[in-house]
Amino acid sequence: MTRFRVLAVVALVVGGLLAYFVWSTETDPTSSYRFKLGLDLAGGTELVYKADMSQTAPGDQAEALSALQGVIERRVNLFGVAEPLVQTEQASALSGTTDNRLIVALPGVTDINAAVAALGETPTLEFRLASTTTVGTTTQVGYVSTGLTGRYLASAALQFGSGATAGLAAPQVLINFNDEGAKLFEKITSENIGQTLAIFLDGQPISTPVIQEAIPGGQATISGRFTATEARDLVRNLNFGALPVPISLESSSAVGPTLGAAAINAGVMAGIIGFAIVALFMIAWYRLPGLVAAIALVEYLVFMLAVIKVIPVTLTASGIAGLIISVGMAVDANVLIFERTKEELREGKEPREAVHIGFGRAWTAIRDGHLTMLISGGILFWLGTSIVQGFALVFVLGVLASFISAVSLSRIFLLAIVPEARSGMWKFLLSSGIRKI
Amino acid sequence: MNIVTHRTIYFWITGLILAGALGAIFSFGLPLDIDFTGGSLMQVRYQDERPAITEIEQQIAVVPLGTASVRAVGSDAVSIRTRTMTPEEHVAVLEVLSQNDPITELAYTSVGPTLGEQFANKALWALFAVGLAIALYIAFAFRKVSRPLPSWGYGLTVIAILVHDLIIPAGFFAVFARFNGVQVDALFITALLALLGYSVNDTIVIFDRIREHLATNEKSRNTESFEQTVGKSISETMTRSINTSLTVVLALLALVLFGASATRMFSLVMLIGVIAGTYSSILLAAPLLIPLARKFSK
Repeated sequence: MTRFRVLAVVALVVGGLLAYFVWSTETDPTSSYRFKLGLDLAGGTELVYKADMSQTAPGDQAEALSALQGVIERRVNLFGVAEPLVQTEQASALSGTTDNRLIVALPGVTDINAAVAALGETPTLEFRLASTTTVGTTTQVGYVSTGLTGRYLASAALQFGSGATAGLAAPQVLINFNDEGAKLFEKITSENIGQTLAIFLDGQPISTPVIQEAIPGGQATISGRFTATEARDLVRNLNFGALPVPISLESSSAVGPTLGAAAINAGVMAGIIGFAIVALFMIAWYRLPGLVAAIALVEYLVFMLAVIKVIPVTLTASGIAGLIISVGMAVDANVLIFERTKEELREGKEPREAVHIGFGRAWTAIRDGHLTMLISGGILFWLGTSIVQGFALVFVLGVLASFISAVSLSRIFLLAIVPEARSGMWKFLLSSGIRKI
Repeated sequence: MNIVTHRTIYFWITGLILAGALGAIFSFGLPLDIDFTGGSLMQVRYQDERPAITEIEQQIAVVPLGTASVRAVGSDAVSIRTRTMTPEEHVAVLEVLSQNDPITELAYTSVGPTLGEQFANKALWALFAVGLAIALYIAFAFRKVSRPLPSWGYGLTVIAILVHDLIIPAGFFAVFARFNGVQVDALFITALLALLGYSVNDTIVIFDRIREHLATNEKSRNTESFEQTVGKSISETMTRSINTSLTVVLALLALVLFGASATRMFSLVMLIGVIAGTYSSILLAAPLLIPLARKFSK
């Protein structure tokens, strides 16, 4: 019994420390452990782009996707958003084709159209070789991807070259490749002398120069029919990065700050009320063990909140719902244990022994029940989309935490106070409902 | 004992509820939201008085979007569903709406049709996979039980119960959809999947008790009929089956009544599912084992 009393005190102290951690990190605005709120709660914009990889070799797709991510990240940083998040997703083995997606989360940005427009300015730059195929009498010009794309761009500059129009210096865009790009450019130009190397900007061939000689040094000039303003804009946009493959907006969502704030308030309200009713029910029905379960439930909640902060789990409206539901589920195991204990008491066992056996006998049902919940939680997480994952993650964490709390915390607390022999008062405290044992 | 001896009556009652739910699904249908079909959903709040819905519909008709469905949300907001809008079309709709009345856009979601289709595919697979995984796990967990019913018999019963536990909330949802205009979204699927994992819990508690009784009977050479064992197990575990669900029901009620509007429908579906899961495990799951076992002993 002394052992359990020591453990119980340790558990309470740890719970208190965790509670202090949750409280202090939340009241300190500079803490890095504040709750991370999802876009649906904090307000913000989420854009999902699909990358068109039809021109990219399968082996290069993963790399092209990470290059895409880098460029879009740089773009997004122009927004001055606190914590932008750009993620990639290569998905869906089920439907046969692989889809490459780019998910851009912009917390605090509520003007979705401005965000779409700004990201849409990112140019797609690609160098393709012209190849002519003759079918019968018609000659068709096709363009073959060379692998040299905006990924290898180091910088761009504006210059004025001698144009065809008399006397006027035509604006040109000078491109500097990085080392890797320079090597690739030299290789392509040396192997294809006499052929046309078209420069594609946003999917259109804007310049189709013929390769005269191998070009070392990694510089290329785009001399399209630019006006000075167009050329300047292009240089600016290229300097923020050029996309290796074209992207298109597939889905988007934005939540204003008012809706999010209302959702947080409602979630907290529902959480407090839900917790209070469950705790009251447990105490009213199971008396002393119920009180123990309620204390274990407080520890469970504090532990969950701390874990959510430390991992960190991004909280969404569905995640908060998951947390509240998990409070109801977390006492399930306690109910099983207490009912089992009661049965043993009814058979005339002494209180402590009854508690011991109760925990042991309830174990298989608790194990099987938690495992099936983990199965569905795991598959939910696989299902994807942020709103579903927000719930799934909290659900899985909740199931794990409730498992630990039921088989350890409730047991420690109960064994710390229940005496060996039964007396009238203990009989009352350990029985339940409206019936006598 | 009562439930087992009168099981036919309970089979009839649950069967009727099930038939009602199925009837609702087939006659009202389950309208799919943009998460599955692709499309755009705007939520707009009017700062002053909200114009009539028909007026708003006329305003939107200026933008060529096909049919737009406009619904009142609360006292001052509307939700507008259309096919997938381009950013330009979105701007255009916002402009026509704000011509006469100052508005705030509360939320906007747009899903491309391919993304929606993929999600629908994945969701179906997930439901199927969860059901199968749980049934297999039950069959595994009861592997030592063989008489009078092989362990996969328990797994099979669990599948039947899971199907029941999904149809009931889906049926209720079909009724809601009919009268409230709600639609099947990603959260509805989330609720169903979470229910699959949770509602089987009560069934496990009863099956676990049957498993325990069968084991002790074998040891003590007790010749109790399977029917008696099942009946005893049900009545012994009744309180805990109800109480475990009750705590979740209480938490869900708090969510339905006080929680965020975004998760209200989700909580309601789960609430109905948990209730259905509880009565199905007491009235259906365990009693179903008896005719199944009889088939096997022949």
